[in-house]
Amino acid sequence: MISASDVAGLVLVEASRRGGADETIVVVTDRATASLRWAGNSMTTNGETRGRDTTVISIVRRGNGAHVGSVKSSEVDPSAIPGLVAASQDAARSAPEARDAAPILSGDEVPYDWDEPVPETATDVFAGVAKSLAKGFRGADQLYGFARHELDTTFVATSTGLRRRFTQPTGSVEVNAKRGGASAWVGVGTPDFVDVPTDSMLEELSTRLGWAERTVELPAGRYETLMPPSTVADIMIYLGWTMDGRGAQEGRTALSAPGGTRVGEKLGDLGLTLYSDPTAAGLECAPFVAATSSSERMSVFDNGLDVERVDWIRDGTINALAYPRAAAAEFDVPVAIPADNMLMTGGWASLSDMIRRTERGLLLTTLWYIREVDPTVLLLTGLTRDGVYLVEDGQVTGAVNNFRFNESPLDLLRRATEAGVSEVTLPREWGDWATRAKMPSLRIPDFHMSSVSQAQ
Amino acid sequence: MCHYGGGVTARRRVDPDFLGLPRRELADAALSAATAAGASYADLRIQRITTEIVQLRDGELETSVITREVGLAVRVIVDGTWGFASHAELDPTVAAETARRAVRVATTLSPLNAERIELAPEPVYTDLTWVSDYLVDPFDVPAADKIAVLNEYSGRLLAADGVDHVSAVLQAVKEQSFYADTFGSSTTQQRVRLQPTFDAVAVDAAAGTFETMRTLAPPTARGWEYVAGDEVWDWSGELAELPSLLAEKTKAPSVVAGPTDLVIDPTNLWLTIHESIGHATEYDRAIGYEAAYAGTSFATPDKLGVMKYGSPVMNVTADRTVDFGLATIGFDDEGVRAQKWDLVRDGVFVGYQLDRVFAPRLGEARSNGCSYADSPHHVPIQRMANVSLQPAQDDTTTEDLIAKVEDGVYVVGDKSWSIDMQRYNFQFTGQRFFRIRDGRLDGQLRDVAYQAVTTDFWGAMEAVGGPSTWRLGGAFNCGKAQPGQVAAVSHGCPSALFRGINVLNTREESGRQE
Repeated sequence: MISASDVAGLVLVEASRRGGADETIVVVTDRATASLRWAGNSMTTNGETRGRDTTVISIVRRGNGAHVGSVKSSEVDPSAIPGLVAASQDAARSAPEARDAAPILSGDEVPYDWDEPVPETATDVFAGVAKSLAKGFRGADQLYGFARHELDTTFVATSTGLRRRFTQPTGSVEVNAKRGGASAWVGVGTPDFVDVPTDSMLEELSTRLGWAERTVELPAGRYETLMPPSTVADIMIYLGWTMDGRGAQEGRTALSAPGGTRVGEKLGDLGLTLYSDPTAAGLECAPFVAATSSSERMSVFDNGLDVERVDWIRDGTINALAYPRAAAAEFDVPVAIPADNMLMTGGWASLSDMIRRTERGLLLTTLWYIREVDPTVLLLTGLTRDGVYLVEDGQVTGAVNNFRFNESPLDLLRRATEAGVSEVTLPREWGDWATRAKMPSLRIPDFHMSSVSQAQ
Repeated sequence: MCHYGGGVTARRRVDPDFLGLPRRELADAALSAATAAGASYADLRIQRITTEIVQLRDGELETSVITREVGLAVRVIVDGTWGFASHAELDPTVAAETARRAVRVATTLSPLNAERIELAPEPVYTDLTWVSDYLVDPFDVPAADKIAVLNEYSGRLLAADGVDHVSAVLQAVKEQSFYADTFGSSTTQQRVRLQPTFDAVAVDAAAGTFETMRTLAPPTARGWEYVAGDEVWDWSGELAELPSLLAEKTKAPSVVAGPTDLVIDPTNLWLTIHESIGHATEYDRAIGYEAAYAGTSFATPDKLGVMKYGSPVMNVTADRTVDFGLATIGFDDEGVRAQKWDLVRDGVFVGYQLDRVFAPRLGEARSNGCSYADSPHHVPIQRMANVSLQPAQDDTTTEDLIAKVEDGVYVVGDKSWSIDMQRYNFQFTGQRFFRIRDGRLDGQLRDVAYQAVTTDFWGAMEAVGGPSTWRLGGAFNCGKAQPGQVAAVSHGCPSALFRGINVLNTREESGRQE
């Protein structure tokens, strides 16, 4: 297999030779993955993969308009490149005008590691996790879970000389333990599987299953609820996905307001800041745009553009919505590109401190099957999962049945009365796509549990 | 009941360029290398998946991208343990090395495996070909032509009073696969599918709010003939009526929450079937393989043949042979021929969806052919067949069902869905809700969701419509497994009448009182 940087070069040469486009952008991603999966104290499906995606984006300029053709292929044989370029240029020539047209970026510097081999991974990266799991498999609890490690190395090259490269490591370990009718879950994100605390994760699971030795049936209703960081991450990630500027400007999202958008609207008094930042320590992600197709949040014309920190909510006030360059110009607002992480500031209290200061309330573990019910207010439904605990007089006193909830992230931020310390966490529901999150715990005085779920 | 189907259709042939791949050489290289390295079993899958997504916003092009994924996957059993590896390069040397990597994975993890893998027997099928039934390959149609149709349909909606924005999305997929295993089976298959949707938005700028309504056309395993023109789907009728329905919805009264009789249209009920029956009768879920992710099922093996799933009018089949079904195929990803079988008969739970590993664990002699992988880089897992509710024998119409309701709601079109991890508690919304008064429709309602426990809901099904009400709906991207995989699946059903289902007012659920 020839190198990804060679593929980028060959694509640009072929595009120039064919001459069917005014500009060309090529995005190549080399991907190496390894995964373990287990159920009932036994390994199930495990594997390693190697793959490559090559996307050729051709741009044909006519007057002030631009026409785009984007074709992606995982074929690695260099003989496929001419066909890929031809398909992209043909698509551009026949495409209607792109609404997100903008000048593409140029450059004259080649990254020092442009031609270096891409890093790989294999199942032996899980050696430490597997060693701890082997002990766990011999225990009394039934363990289920998944560990994955992915290394995506992305190359962006343009016919205008821009060259950018970034390796994104993504990893996670999730363990679900069952004892009798009780179920508990812990999960961590990790870029490199160095020092994954699997033993302490198993100890935490045992503690939680111990809490469930006493069970309490509670009806639906509104409860004071402590949302730990994973649950806050899942809810805030959904909020982040709806913060597209164009939709809000056009009056068709929950971030729309009479005559404009909700930017400037205050959400609660805790002074929380929700932001994405490619340089966030421990949660680093691609510092430039690598878009293979356009959407309301991203534009292929912005490929290679620096991604900066964006405060979507600043000090409790909605501060920014997502705008690629063309949309930003259209609506006369700043460019705002979401990075592939989501963070929220918090307070100083640990979750255990928050539990100690709770007279009576619910402590959640994770949320599941979160879906939008009413887009006008961003009302979401979903379920609690793998551990709802009753807190009484500052202590966990038992496990409670699961619930279906109906809540809006915007309303939760309006009603939250306390935020704990912000911690790196693994979102449970959206962990397939979003593993890089840092969130506080939140205290909600009246979390709406719409009905009881019999699921355990 | 078990019907062995999945014949070869004659309308189309497998594309020559896929047949031109070195399938035999790759199979020989991978399977012999796996066997030589110690595998007791191996299979090779070459998969090429072409996907096109076109999205227009208010008639302007937002996204148009074609993606082609190609690769080979080798799955092995070594000492009763699975190993898997894949690679993007279709080269015999790479195939052999990939097979050896799969063996290494199995060997490394064998000490952690407590359940020895055994495969159910299946007849050997040598060099068989299957192609789905479609007329026009969507990938033979230039993107510009597709964009033009989406633009024209968008324009019809935008021209109507009260429609402020229109989102048009078309997804097209062509799957081509070659499968070979060490038992001697080899199959080559090709199928296509399409999902066109149009979403209209009415904005009340002064109030800062909006309302939406989407077309009801389901995804289907047909070709471009489904989208262009009215021969397969009545696009003219659907696009013509949508603006007035949306306008009526914006002014509709808010529903009164509480137990309500529902007549549910197939355009909504398919999704309830998918979540509360389709996933609940997956055997891998029932025995815990998805416990940490997609979840388990209340329908555990001890309840098979015993549990009352619903009322006596409830009959549900799983079927990988139904015409234009999204999960219809000739052979699954373990070389098992497509079949049709019962899941619920006369309201009683009688069947599971299985693959070759789970069939013997359930005590079945043969897999019913539900293995599928969505990518050459993913392990095949047990996925859903087309799971469908059967109609009544007589020709009960939707109007007949509505006539049985004094005060209720007729639910049309799917929208929001959510169900718990054991498939008990679910909540669904829809596109359109019509009040039923004294057996007749009486205008639309808004802010409606229905919430129930699976067996209570199906137990409250009083009547189903006849064959004339039966429609095939479906999902294009049903998620399951880690690493995450998506699968397309259809669900057929008639209209059906349910008594006393808990209806929520979503405005009240959000805490708004006005």
